[in-house]
Formats: sequence, C-alpha cells, structure tokens
Amino acid sequence: MLELRNLSFAVEEDGVKKEILHDLNLTVKDRQFMVITGPNGSGKSTLARLIAGIEKPTSGQILLDGEDITDKSITERAKLGIGYAFQQPVRFKGIRVLTLLRLAAGKNLNVSEACNYLSEVGLCARDYIQREVNASLSGGELKRIEIATVLARKARFTVFDEPEAGIDLWSFQNLIRIFESMRENIKDSSMIIISHQERILQIADKIAVVSDGRIDRQGSRDEIYPTLVGTSAAQAACSRLK
Amino acid sequence: MVQLDAIQKRLISEIADLHGVPEGAYNFRANGGLAGRQTTANIDIVSKENGSGIDIHIKPGTVNESVHIPVVLSQTGLKEVVYNDFYVGEGADVVIVAGCGIDNCGGQDSEHDGVHRFFLEKNAKVKYVEKHYGSGDGTGKRILNPVTEVHMDEGSYMEMEMVQIKGVDSTERTTVAELKKDAKLVVRERLMTHGEQRALSVYKVELNGENASADVVSRSIARDRSYQKLDACIVGNAPCKGHTECDSIIMDEGTILAVPSLEAHHVDASLVHEAAIGKIAGEQLIKLMTLGLTEQQAEEEIINGFLA
Repeated sequence: MLELRNLSFAVEEDGVKKEILHDLNLTVKDRQFMVITGPNGSGKSTLARLIAGIEKPTSGQILLDGEDITDKSITERAKLGIGYAFQQPVRFKGIRVLTLLRLAAGKNLNVSEACNYLSEVGLCARDYIQREVNASLSGGELKRIEIATVLARKARFTVFDEPEAGIDLWSFQNLIRIFESMRENIKDSSMIIISHQERILQIADKIAVVSDGRIDRQGSRDEIYPTLVGTSAAQAACSRLK
Repeated sequence: MVQLDAIQKRLISEIADLHGVPEGAYNFRANGGLAGRQTTANIDIVSKENGSGIDIHIKPGTVNESVHIPVVLSQTGLKEVVYNDFYVGEGADVVIVAGCGIDNCGGQDSEHDGVHRFFLEKNAKVKYVEKHYGSGDGTGKRILNPVTEVHMDEGSYMEMEMVQIKGVDSTERTTVAELKKDAKLVVRERLMTHGEQRALSVYKVELNGENASADVVSRSIARDRSYQKLDACIVGNAPCKGHTECDSIIMDEGTILAVPSLEAHHVDASLVHEAAIGKIAGEQLIKLMTLGLTEQQAEEEIINGFLA
C-alpha cells in the first residue's frame, strides 16, 4: 500500500517560490489500479517523480506498506519495489536493449527471457535485443522498450507516466493487456497510471483528478469516470483524428 | 618456448585477452627482448637486421589466420622504440592483435614507442586490434607513444580497433593512412584517461583513389584532472567518402579538446565530421537508479556501454 500524506512540492523560479503540489493526500491499496488524470500542467508528472524519489517533497510524507520512505533515495525505493516508467524515455549511447533489460531484471536474463519482455510490448525481439538504446530508435520504439524494462522489474508498485504517449500505432488494447497481466502475475502489485486516455480510465479501480496541484476529487471509477467524459481529462484514443 | 613471469602474464591477458600461448603466428616481446616466436607456413616473422624490430610477411591468399605481437614491460626505467612492419599479401584475410602492457612499480619512467607500418596489397583484408594498458604503483610514469602507418592498395580493407582504457600516464598516438582506389579504412578508438593523465590522438587519413572511404570514430572519457586532445583529419584527393566522429564524455575536472578537420581537393570528395562533448546526462543516471542501481553503479554502466 502506498500513502501520500499532506504532500507539498514547491520550486523557486527567479527568487519566487512557486507551489506545484499542495497538501496532497492519496492512498493506493494493494492490487489497486489507480489512474490519475487532470489537465496539462496540473502537477501529475511531478507527483510521479516524487513517488519514485526523483524529486523530494517540500513537506509531507510518502509511506510504502506503512514505512516512511520520504527520505529514501531513488535506488533505495527501487529496491523496496517501486518501479517507474518515464514519460520521455532516456537514450543511452552504447547500452544495448539486452543489457538494459538485464539491469532492470536485476539478474542475468537469458536472451529468450529478455525476448519475451520485448514481445509483450509488441517488438519483434530478434530485431531489437542487440540494438543500442540510442538515437537510432524512434520515440515509439523507445517508449515500448521503456515499458519492457518496467515489466522486467516485476515491481510491487509501479508508476507509469503517460504510458500511451508516443505509441499511437500500437493498439491500446495491448497496453491494457500489459497492465492486466502485471496485476495478475505480480503478487499484490498495484500501480498508478498517469493518463488522459479514456480507455485507460475505463479499466481503473480508482480515479483521482488533479487540478492546480490539488486533488480535486477521487473515488471509484464508477463515481468519477462519468464526470470526466467530454473533458480534456478523458480523451478518446483517436482524438487527434476527430 | 614463451617464458613470462606472473606480472607479464597478467599484462598479456589485459592487452590481448590471452591466457596462454595463442594459435597461429606470434611474437612475444618482454622487457626489451624476445620471449617467444612462432611462424606458420603462411606467416613469417623475422627480426630486422639492426635489431630494431620485426618484419611480418603474410603470403598472398592467406585466410583465417592470426598474428599476435604483444609487448610487455615490467622493468622500471626501460625505454624502447620498436619498428614493426607488416606486409600483407594480395587477397589475404587476417587478424592482427598487437598491444602493450606496462607495469611500473619503480621510480623511473617506462616507455614503449611502437612504430607499426602496414602495407596492404590489393584486396587484402586486415582486422587490427591494439590495446594499451598500464599498472603498477610506482612513481615512474608509464608512457606509450604508438605510431601507426597504413598503406592501402586497391580494394583493400582494414578495420582498426584501438583501445586504451587504463593506467597509461602519457600517450601520444599518431595514425596516418593513405588509401588507393576502392580501399576502405574503419577505425574505432576507445580512450579513457584518469588521474593526471595526458593523451593526444592524431589521425590523418588521405583518400587518394576513386571510391576510397574512411570512417574514423573515437569515443573517449576524461575523468579526474586528465587531459585529452583528439585531432582527426580526413583528406579527400579523389571522388571518395570520409566520416570522422569524436564523441566524448567529460567528468570531474577533465579537459577535452576535439579538433576534427576535413580537407577536400576534389569536387566529388564527400566528407563529414561530427564532434560532441558532454557530461553523463542526469536523466541517464536517474533511469538506471530507478532500476535499483546506485549512482556509482549507474555511472559505471554508462561508461562501460559508451566504451563497449
């Protein structure tokens, strides 16, 4: 279970303090699938980075299974079972896809095990396993590899920051299947997905709406989803084509 | 026939990935003298008459054979200049592994300057691997100043892998090449300096024949207070293709100078250079840390990948 208690985060810009998140409270129980939505710039990605430990809150606490992890480093949180999928994945000159998957799994995966993770994200494994994670990969390929590394982590608690961004050509159904199989295969696992996509919202157990750095409302999908339909917080997969 | 002590054996394994006597032709040099030699029906190795080095003759048509010519220095204060000439016959296809390891536990500088000249006949193909390594905790410096000269006849191909990752205090590497029609040169240099080390690497490649091509790529990392200068020049004297790339990671208080240059003397010479210097990106470290690596482990992985 992950709990955020009175979490605030502020940055200083040109000597002026700017609050990004204000006094945020949120609980994600084991086996729960929470989607956080809200307008752009509302602080959703910052929230994800706070959970992964990339940013430190100005005040408040983060607890994982009752243990206060607010002051723990990124590495310590990863070892405690927190996974994080970047919205904009990182490129590495020289590091191969296979190496990255092995680092993610924390063991010397054999090629066929590594290939399974790539197949799950819809990449023809044979073509990718020895590729470098560098600028020769397209944004979409990189995004799928990012998701594959998170799969290989088998983390108990995973945060996905806009997993659908950049993978338009790949069906949403596959992405949703991945979330479902993670939930089935990793015992008591739970996840937060930051997304505007209505198809992802539709499979949530719980939805939280963030607006201006505050949780505007949260509750079960049946309570919250109808309030979002037709707003920018719930976009159709092909909204761009409309 | 090969007699090496434990330190020399360790140096050999670092520079040539060899744990024993290799198959094929070889010439081992240790502390300024010959420690072992083997020739084959197709590859002959003879000492120069004045004792300044060796000549390696590879018969035309020799395929799937290799030559190892490692050099190790474990005696402090030893300075030597060695001239090795490789004559690669028409149509031969061979692997040549050179390399030098210096272990200096004493107070005097140890230096090995190897001058390698390659003469590739028509359609000859060579893969050349050269690794340099230094160890030992003495105050004497470990110095390597290799000079490589490559003369490539029509249709020949040479791939050079030059690696210097650890322990060499001062190095000045010079590589010059001249290519005739349809010849192709590929260079992959990997360099890492640390401490107070200084490294200079200079390439001058002349593309003299129609359809000659060269691809010179250097990846380097400067750590601590080390200094590197990479100077790669491709000259196009004919319709040809040349590409040079210097890609460096700077760390700590390191200094890197990248000076790629191109010189065209023919309207159909197509030459490109790229150079980039930057630190390890924070996001790269963060990504690996979210996989459970410490910051230091993440940095090592990024460096290993970059130099792989």
